[in-house]
Amino acid sequence: MAGIIGYGAYIPRYRIKVEEIAKIWGADAPNYKRGLGLEEKSVPGPDQDTITMSVEAAKKALRRAGIDPREIGAVYVGSESHPYAVKPSGTVLAEAIGATPDVHSASFEFACKAGTEAMFVCLCQVESGRIKYGLAVGADTSQGAPGDALEYSTAAGAAAFIFGRDHVVAEVDETYSFMTDTPDFWRREYQHYPRHAGRFTGEPAYFKHIRGAAQGIMKKAGLQPKDFHYVVFHQPNGKFPLNVGRQLGFTREQIETGRLVPKLGNTYSGSSPMGLTAVLDVARPGDRILLVSYGSGAGSDAFIFTVTGRIDEVRDKAEHTRALLDGHKVYIDYGTYAKYRGKILKAE
Amino acid sequence: MRDVAVLGVGLNSKWGELWEMSLRDIFVEAALNALDDAGVDRVDSIVVGCMTSGLFVGQEHLGSLMSDYLGMNPAAATRVESACASGGAAFRQGFLEVASGAADIVLVGGVEKMTDVGGDEATYALSAASDMEYEAYHGITFPGLYALIARAHMHRFGTTREQLAHVAVKNHRHGARNPAAQYPYEITVEDVLASVMVADPLRVLDCSPITDGAAAAVLCPVETARKLSKKPVVKVLASAQASSTIALHSRKDLTWFESTAEAAQKAYRMAGKRPEDIDVAEVHDCFTIAEIVVLEALGLVERGKGGQAAESGMTALGGKIPVNTSGGLKSKGHPVGATGVAQVVEIARQLRGESGARQVEGARVGLTQNMGGTGGSSVVHIFETV
Repeated sequence: MAGIIGYGAYIPRYRIKVEEIAKIWGADAPNYKRGLGLEEKSVPGPDQDTITMSVEAAKKALRRAGIDPREIGAVYVGSESHPYAVKPSGTVLAEAIGATPDVHSASFEFACKAGTEAMFVCLCQVESGRIKYGLAVGADTSQGAPGDALEYSTAAGAAAFIFGRDHVVAEVDETYSFMTDTPDFWRREYQHYPRHAGRFTGEPAYFKHIRGAAQGIMKKAGLQPKDFHYVVFHQPNGKFPLNVGRQLGFTREQIETGRLVPKLGNTYSGSSPMGLTAVLDVARPGDRILLVSYGSGAGSDAFIFTVTGRIDEVRDKAEHTRALLDGHKVYIDYGTYAKYRGKILKAE
Repeated sequence: MRDVAVLGVGLNSKWGELWEMSLRDIFVEAALNALDDAGVDRVDSIVVGCMTSGLFVGQEHLGSLMSDYLGMNPAAATRVESACASGGAAFRQGFLEVASGAADIVLVGGVEKMTDVGGDEATYALSAASDMEYEAYHGITFPGLYALIARAHMHRFGTTREQLAHVAVKNHRHGARNPAAQYPYEITVEDVLASVMVADPLRVLDCSPITDGAAAAVLCPVETARKLSKKPVVKVLASAQASSTIALHSRKDLTWFESTAEAAQKAYRMAGKRPEDIDVAEVHDCFTIAEIVVLEALGLVERGKGGQAAESGMTALGGKIPVNTSGGLKSKGHPVGATGVAQVVEIARQLRGESGARQVEGARVGLTQNMGGTGGSSVVHIFETV
């Protein structure tokens, strides 16, 4: 059976606290922290982007997979912050890890679910027998306009997964996607920051689609919430994944392992895939995992994984995601953040 | 003038963020519910109360739109606007049409679809109820204006921050018994005091919400109602309206709504009633401080004692004068143009004994008070079962 044979995550070391952002805008930090369930978020350094973070995460995935990168037949990158509007991210990534030239590549974009789209297509390529191994990455240096509620959550990070039929650490038992035309969040061409429809991004958007995908895949698989050891939802803030989990009948314990957002922020295309890496870091053979992404516009991809005995051999071959999140942190002030994120530019 | 009765009333089934419904859907549902309740299928005239559908959804000409989508063409249909008192003013126009003999059966509706825009746009649309040139353009919003009223009331009468909270707590306790309410659950004083600050001293739980909703009532002569209805006949004893300065800074007294006091005096005279005759009231609690000042201006509570009234339970269900049994604007929701008509819906049901878990036992005389802006306009109606 096809599945994940190697995985890895990457988080930049810079962090900014909610208080630091709230101070600039005169906002009520304790209320924001409670309301959003957020404490701090990751910030990419000035020399980092979706491609550099994808390379870092992919290298870890390769170490865990233990395969020759030349056997990778597809490199897919899902992001809404591809550094180039025209020029693929996957070419740089494939070159950097030594997967060229016998490789297919594509860039995916579907708001915050581009990462799971890349995973889905990679899986299908492997299952069809068209390729032996495929690499799928979800990565973003998310954009939030200064002073917008999004600025407290938009973060940077990447998760990479190699799919194959041998050396599998997490078999894919089932997939399901749920999609409608729901305009809750968008960024038009040439615009730097996304726009969103406020509270409309909640119930009719995030909650409806995640519930639809989760209920759909459980029905398809004949499973109940209690049949899963872990569940990972897209995590735009700390509250939404807990609320949707409660609505679906999952316990906080099932959600908590993969809920990175309070200290990480929303890494958009990297969000739920990074949560999955944190779960795989601690999962035991036989554990069943549900993953449900969400992308505005709007849709959700759902996957059911069963962890194999090989997990114990690979998990320590690269740094665990929680260690990336909790270690090597450098806190920056808003001025540094503004400079690193290109919100202010040095005069020529 | 002919005696006028409320023959039927209705709301759309649930107020709140109605993402799947448009302005016309909400209105038509409420209107059909009222027509069903009244047992009539044709009307002579339609009056629609709506504050600013133009700014919220880009649609004007609501009379024609609603007549068309209700299948009531060629009935006369007109939109009435008096900011947040649009619903009350529309009801008054319907009353005048029937009382004057110009029409026999009139449908009065109120509607607002507020969630198609974001928070900033909604704040701007609502600020159009203030004096744009002298208030809104200088940056003050409605929470800011009502915060000034609250500060003045606290300073002059010793009203406390906790007493403001008690108004919201009481209205949520009532709204928890109203299945149509946007927020049908209870809150505590501690919840209010810990909620996000909006405009000191008002916190978010002192403020009525942004709501999609509609309400409707069918009016006819009392004689017609006696023939058509098997239910207790709810007579409109009084309909009164008054105006005051549109800008808060032009008032002689920040702690008083002159338009409410004036409309109330006219209404009590017309009805032949006194404040102590009122069994149940629905008033305009757009902010907690508003209910306090309004109850004083209506003479239902002694001047300066509005805060104590909420704290002591005097205005709660079971108290001396239950106020906002529907949950009020705070818990039931505040789809601006619908509010004044929805107050009539609640009072008509109370007087017919149909209010279930929130019924005021033996209620015979009820009052509604609907207010525009910071009291630039007020409409008061008094009802009695006959």
